[in-house]
Amino acid sequence: MIRRLAFALFLLLSALPAHAVNPDEVLSDPKLEARAREISSHLRCLVCQNQSIDDSNAELARDLRLLVRERLKAGATDQQVYDYLVSRYGEFVLLRPRLSEHTLLLWGAPAVLAIIGVMALGFFATSRNGRRKAAVLTDEEKARLEAILKE
Amino acid sequence: MIIEFGLYALVLSLATAIVLSVLPAVGAWRGDANLMAVAPVAALGQFVLVTISFGVLMHAHLVSDFSVANVWQNSHSLIPTLYKVSGVWGNHEGSMMLWLFILSLFSALVALFGGNLPASLKANVLAVQGWISAAFILFIVLTSNPFLRIFPPPPEGRDLNPVLQDVGLAIHPPLLYLGYVGFSVCFSFAVAALMEGRIDAAWARWVRPWALAAWTFLTAGIAMGSYWAYYELGWGGWWFWDPVENASFMPWLAGTALLHSALVMEKREALKIWTVLLAILTFSLSLLGTFLVRSGVLTSVHAFASDPSRGVFILAILVIFIGGALTLFALRAGSLTAGGLFAPVSREGALVLNNLILTVSTATVLIGTLYPMALESLTGEKISVGAPFFNLTFGLLMLPLLLAVPFGPLLAWKRADLLGAAQRLFFAVAAGFVIAIAIWYFENGGPVLAVLGIALAFYLMVGALTDLWFRGGFGKVPFSTALRRLAGLPRSAIGTAFAHFGLGVSVLGIIAVSAFQTENVVEMKPGQTVEAGGYVLKFEGMKRGQGPNFTEDRGTFSLTKAGVSVGQISSSKRVYMARQMPTTEAGIRTFGLSQFYVALGDLMPDGGIVVRVWWKPFIICIWFGALIMMAGGFISLSDRRLRVGAPARRAKKVAAPALEAAE
Repeated sequence: MIRRLAFALFLLLSALPAHAVNPDEVLSDPKLEARAREISSHLRCLVCQNQSIDDSNAELARDLRLLVRERLKAGATDQQVYDYLVSRYGEFVLLRPRLSEHTLLLWGAPAVLAIIGVMALGFFATSRNGRRKAAVLTDEEKARLEAILKE
Repeated sequence: MIIEFGLYALVLSLATAIVLSVLPAVGAWRGDANLMAVAPVAALGQFVLVTISFGVLMHAHLVSDFSVANVWQNSHSLIPTLYKVSGVWGNHEGSMMLWLFILSLFSALVALFGGNLPASLKANVLAVQGWISAAFILFIVLTSNPFLRIFPPPPEGRDLNPVLQDVGLAIHPPLLYLGYVGFSVCFSFAVAALMEGRIDAAWARWVRPWALAAWTFLTAGIAMGSYWAYYELGWGGWWFWDPVENASFMPWLAGTALLHSALVMEKREALKIWTVLLAILTFSLSLLGTFLVRSGVLTSVHAFASDPSRGVFILAILVIFIGGALTLFALRAGSLTAGGLFAPVSREGALVLNNLILTVSTATVLIGTLYPMALESLTGEKISVGAPFFNLTFGLLMLPLLLAVPFGPLLAWKRADLLGAAQRLFFAVAAGFVIAIAIWYFENGGPVLAVLGIALAFYLMVGALTDLWFRGGFGKVPFSTALRRLAGLPRSAIGTAFAHFGLGVSVLGIIAVSAFQTENVVEMKPGQTVEAGGYVLKFEGMKRGQGPNFTEDRGTFSLTKAGVSVGQISSSKRVYMARQMPTTEAGIRTFGLSQFYVALGDLMPDGGIVVRVWWKPFIICIWFGALIMMAGGFISLSDRRLRVGAPARRAKKVAAPALEAAE
């Protein structure tokens, strides 16, 4: 609690907002700012190599960060902010692509592969068991097998 | 003159590699012992020649011979000796030379330590190594010759990329390549076995040490790279799901699966076909990674390597080797006979689950990495697949795997008692939750999910120890007896416990740092303070400094906790003279397992400077866990049953596995 107070005091004294990418970009409402950070981490800095605008110090990333905050201040929902950025920069700006007919394969792949894997396992297991049963075991061998398995 | 000698040795090594790729294989096919005997000689000869060639290149870098284009482009007479050495592989041509050097090293090791292999298998394995070597030497000679001269020689070099001027460059690529390329041996064993059409448990025993060694080095290389990126790139992240990171992560995932499936094959002769396929796929992913990084189809922090014109060549290598191996697999897999049966709930079953999840995860990373490229070339549509996608999908896939990990070693082969294992793990689950709630309390709360995550991490750690606890019989027999039993356990069991424990430690670091990290970004003037994680950082001032080949603005900070000084941190912004390229050097101080991280931002017109500070609780665990996993790898490697060349009969004498079969 004292830590929190000290921190609040520090904020007042330094008159500098915390939790931001550059101090001058920060929104005064911490809730809004937190949303801005979350959104920023999902947006690609278009001129960088695989960096989010939250991480990048490129000029464009800064512009996008400000844009995101501007929309949020104007009362946009997260979804509206994403939509707005996509309308301006295309799907490329999203680091987590949206589900569409073109990304169906991408999003579906893990589940589909897991299901195929399980089915393949089931198939191999049953077909192999079947083959094993077809192999002729004498009663004596079966008894010995049972005994061994029980051990 | 010496430079030409290096090139000459390289071309000779190509000739040797071609001999190695043809004669032993023909010998194995015809049953001609003389031809097969060529293999070790040629492999060692090739290694010597490649070593000479690599040594010449290194010498050129050491003496700053700027008449060599490669040295001129990537070195500078003023950089410290360490960077002159590591600069050898800090560029495309040199890194391919390192790749080749390590490949030849592995061939030579197989030649030296493969004494207990059947002659034809050894000949075929070395021949396949020869094919890979020949392809890569050809690639180097034709498209990436590091020995090209320029005339007149420039007086000074253009310097090594400043981001690479770090001790990390001396360690990260060699370790990574030892892993990447080490899997070539598994690949060669798989292809050789398919050529012979014969494969048994002994094969798995021969392959496992190579897979284990490669996996251990790859773990080290990836962890090292992650830590390097963390302190060098200066924004506090440690994994970016960058395509090039993914390129090294995929062989690791597949290699982890391979280690586990080879275990089943060795012990129970099951999963043979699958293990062979995995061995092929793992190295194929290494090759794919090399292609992705070297061809320039991907751009990333590793972009020094980009050159599209070389892409086609590596793509050809990729298609020939992967396509060839898979074709061979398709033709021959049917002739491999299936092995032992097992119930779904058994050690084998657990390892199959491990393989299922790891394979799907590998595929997910692969698809995520290549999808944007494929979609763009098919439809022209540009999308990004970044960290948020991978965190979500990969995270979801890992969850069941992590939950299952402690069960694996507790289950008996063939048929196991799941309830019994669960009872044994009860303490691990309880301990996990108690510790997680304690940490959550001391970190002043946080997301509830973090508690579950940390509980998972400690469950993994305690779960790994649980296996040792029960195997030693602690609590049932006198303590000294249990200790003695513990010491008598096969090294591989102890290695497993280490690796699984390390995994838990890494998970702890990952969860803790994402849940409890605090961050502050402020503009500071001398005398001002900023707080993170209970520490107060005071900005003392900026000082201009001069390094051997850079100038820097160094910010000095003092750190206090509850009014008590705990030390100084400095963080700087450098400009490297030769390339006029700025970099940031983060200031990091370690407190126990946590770190305080300071990075400098822009200078403000009013004389202030933007300072980013992070408190990163438990972050060291991420890499410390990897170190423990590595230790597990080495311990397991020292298991006498795996020691290459150890006679197989020794295996029977290890009594300890009998303990677990008691149920």
